[in-house]
Amino acid sequence: MELSGAQILVQSLQDEGVEYIFGYPGGAVLHLYDALFQQEGVKHILVRHEQGATHAADGYARATGKPGVVLVTSGPGATNAVTGIATAYMDSIPMVVISGQVPSPVIGSDAFQEVDMVGITRPCVKHNFLVKDVTKLAETVKKAFYVATTGRPGPVVVDIPKDITDPKIKVPYKYPKKVVMRSYNPVTAVSKNQVKKAVELLLNAKKPMIYSGGGVVLGEASQELTAFSQLLGFPVTNTLMGLGAYPANDKQFVGMLGMHGTYEANMAMHESDVIIAIGARFDDRVTGKLDEFCPYAKIIHIDIDPASIAKTVKVDVPIVGEVKQVLALMIELIAEHKGKVNKKALEAWWLQISQWQAIDCLQYDRDSMLIKPQFVIEQLYEVTKGDAYVTSDVGQHQMWAAQYYRFSKPRRWINSGGLGTMGFGLPAAIGVKLAFPDAHVACVTGEASIQMCIQELSTALQYKTPIKIINLNNRYMGMVRQWQEFTYESRYSHSYMDTIPEFVQLAEAYGHVGMRVDQPDEVRPALEKAFAMTDRTVFLDVITDRTENVYPMIEAGKAHNDMKLRVATGTSTDRELA
Amino acid sequence: MRHIISILIENESGALSRVAGLFSARGYNIESLTVAPTEDPSLSRMTLVTSGNANVVDQITKQLNKLIDVVKLVDLVEASHIERELMMVKVKADEQSRNEIRSLADIFRGKIIDVTNKTYIIEITGTSEKLDAFVATLNPDHIVEVVRSGATGICRGDHGLHV
Ligand SMILES: Cc1cc2nc3c(=O)[nH]c(=O)nc-3n(C[C@H](O)[C@H](O)[C@H](O)COP(=O)(O)OP(=O)(O)OC[C@H]3O[C@@H](n4cnc5c(N)ncnc54)[C@H](O)[C@@H]3O)c2cc1C
Ligand SMILES: Cc1ncc(C[n+]2csc(CCOP(=O)(O)OP(=O)(O)O)c2C)c(N)n1
Ligand SMILES: [Mg+2]
Repeated sequence: MELSGAQILVQSLQDEGVEYIFGYPGGAVLHLYDALFQQEGVKHILVRHEQGATHAADGYARATGKPGVVLVTSGPGATNAVTGIATAYMDSIPMVVISGQVPSPVIGSDAFQEVDMVGITRPCVKHNFLVKDVTKLAETVKKAFYVATTGRPGPVVVDIPKDITDPKIKVPYKYPKKVVMRSYNPVTAVSKNQVKKAVELLLNAKKPMIYSGGGVVLGEASQELTAFSQLLGFPVTNTLMGLGAYPANDKQFVGMLGMHGTYEANMAMHESDVIIAIGARFDDRVTGKLDEFCPYAKIIHIDIDPASIAKTVKVDVPIVGEVKQVLALMIELIAEHKGKVNKKALEAWWLQISQWQAIDCLQYDRDSMLIKPQFVIEQLYEVTKGDAYVTSDVGQHQMWAAQYYRFSKPRRWINSGGLGTMGFGLPAAIGVKLAFPDAHVACVTGEASIQMCIQELSTALQYKTPIKIINLNNRYMGMVRQWQEFTYESRYSHSYMDTIPEFVQLAEAYGHVGMRVDQPDEVRPALEKAFAMTDRTVFLDVITDRTENVYPMIEAGKAHNDMKLRVATGTSTDRELA
Repeated sequence: MRHIISILIENESGALSRVAGLFSARGYNIESLTVAPTEDPSLSRMTLVTSGNANVVDQITKQLNKLIDVVKLVDLVEASHIERELMMVKVKADEQSRNEIRSLADIFRGKIIDVTNKTYIIEITGTSEKLDAFVATLNPDHIVEVVRSGATGICRGDHGLHV
């Protein structure tokens, strides 16, 4: 079969099983768009901004586990995609981004819409390619998918000069079934010896903790994690990225850890004598002050990326491998082992933990006259029966969604953790809804974040992706305001906007349903009404208590046992509205 | 501590910038970096001299290994090895200093490879330390320019770094 470069690209995507490609056209990719026009296998989703394309592809990838695919033009199209690429990179999300490039002969001449995409994205991709020869195009696409989806996943950019896709130049096409790259061999073999050492430590632990992260979600090892944890009866805490990998309603779950984690999770980490980190990377939001991180613990660390191990925290038993495989082996070795967990010590440990739990660190004023954001999330949880896909933006609302929506399945909680990209939530929700048209998809956002990719409301209409946007409108960049309250004596420097759009009208202008909610007792009915409109995108503008803060909090540079807790406020002592 | 990391890397355009970019992005220092193709033109051999404590160097090697284009690497200082660097120094060589410079070059087993009535170019190979020592013996006022290749190295014994 002889095909042009443009046809080869499109055919390769089909052969790779790509369902959706999120993109935006321009000069350098016109040949590609013409080839897309003449086929039906790959569905193109036209976004309104290239950042939206990357986040939508990313949301699709997080929800399905399949790589997200993006197509952008050269120059500004490519640079607009960079934020989304970096977002995917930081959270290890598989993504393939095809960018157009100026024709090969003029590369380097500051040609119209030329930008060195390979150079610009180098620090925020797993790998990137510049295609120099049309006969290598199919193989390069195959490599891109292979690299993006294996080992520690990540985004891969394929930059394609316009002449490579020239419809007049046809070459034989065959999509490789397999690629071998001598320089890239994602680890597979697990050291049984290391796993044995870990089992010894675990069985002798008196105050054990299971600290699991995004790697469990990425590695589809939620079942193994649950079986492993329940076999041992140890307390489980999740990172922000790991939520849902262990069912939040299970009695062994002590909540999220870290900066806005629960009191019990952080105290238990601090006091623990054996910690097993599973697909988690000891991020600074999690560890707090490094010198005082888990001072009494021996640490076991399972990670597919050797570079994640001992990057910031020294570990006693490193295990390089796929979580799924390692946990399965661990379960096997524990079952075979003569020793048993120290029941007595474990009982004492759980008693201690229950005392920390009794502090009820997630309490808030349920009798407030104002809408409490936490209440909205709790209601969202109930109305969706805890089974929705929830995307979020970045800020206080993100933390409340993480704390109060008790995720019980992996891939349901979709947020930007590592880069913390405002603007992620809405396009990501579109990507999720395309993947799961029958599921409830909610986007929890804030009035500042939503404005960063608000234009994608138009995409949501065009492709009929009925999502529910829950805008926790506190008329502040709440997260910024909170830090300013705590550390800058409430000097609220540029953390609010004097002009906030009328979101209901804005949603309507985009062809959706807008609803404003400003009384606590309207929250539940409004949510029910919104989710009942299964074929409409609904924008719920929820006017919340603007002075509410996220608690508990470990302030920057503090240790796990030094948390700021909510001071019990009694009833309805809503602070003066600033 | 000083480390000499020897890297076998795909001879692709941009491979060098991936390594250099990694070092600047992560704040690792590079003392020197040399690169050239090997007998197999699809592979380049790169030698990178860096310094840092054990943790830093551990991260450096892990991060380098993570680069998709890197095929293999070895930290030469972990075992017995030979290190060489090439230097060319152009020095002012007038009537009075000529002899002295020539005998200095002899002591360091240097070769005079270019002569004008005012200057010499001396070529010396050796460890970076030896080259430093030679430069230190020269009168700074006599030095016109110093060109160094950066260190390269190879491990002793039977084994080698190859695919
Ligand atoms: C406003 C804000 C506040 C935040 N507050 C908190 C907080 O309080 N608590 C918190 O936890 N986070 C918080 N974060 C998120 C934080 O920044 C990090 O993104 C997060 O902690 C990282 O999660 P993780 O350790 O699970 O790693 P991830 O980024 O999910 O990385 C996954 C790890 O698993 C490994 N891995 C991947 N696949 C596999 C596999 N198949 N097998 C084995 N290993 C694998 C990877 O190599 C990597 O090391 C916050 C973010 C924001 C924006
Ligand atoms: C693109 C981007 N710019 C700036 C920030 C810094 N930042 C983090 S949270 C936040 C405020 C978010 O405000 P809003 O969306 O209203 O959420 P709230 O905290 O009020 O719930 C800002 C500006 C960011 N994370 N991303
Ligand atoms: Mg806000």
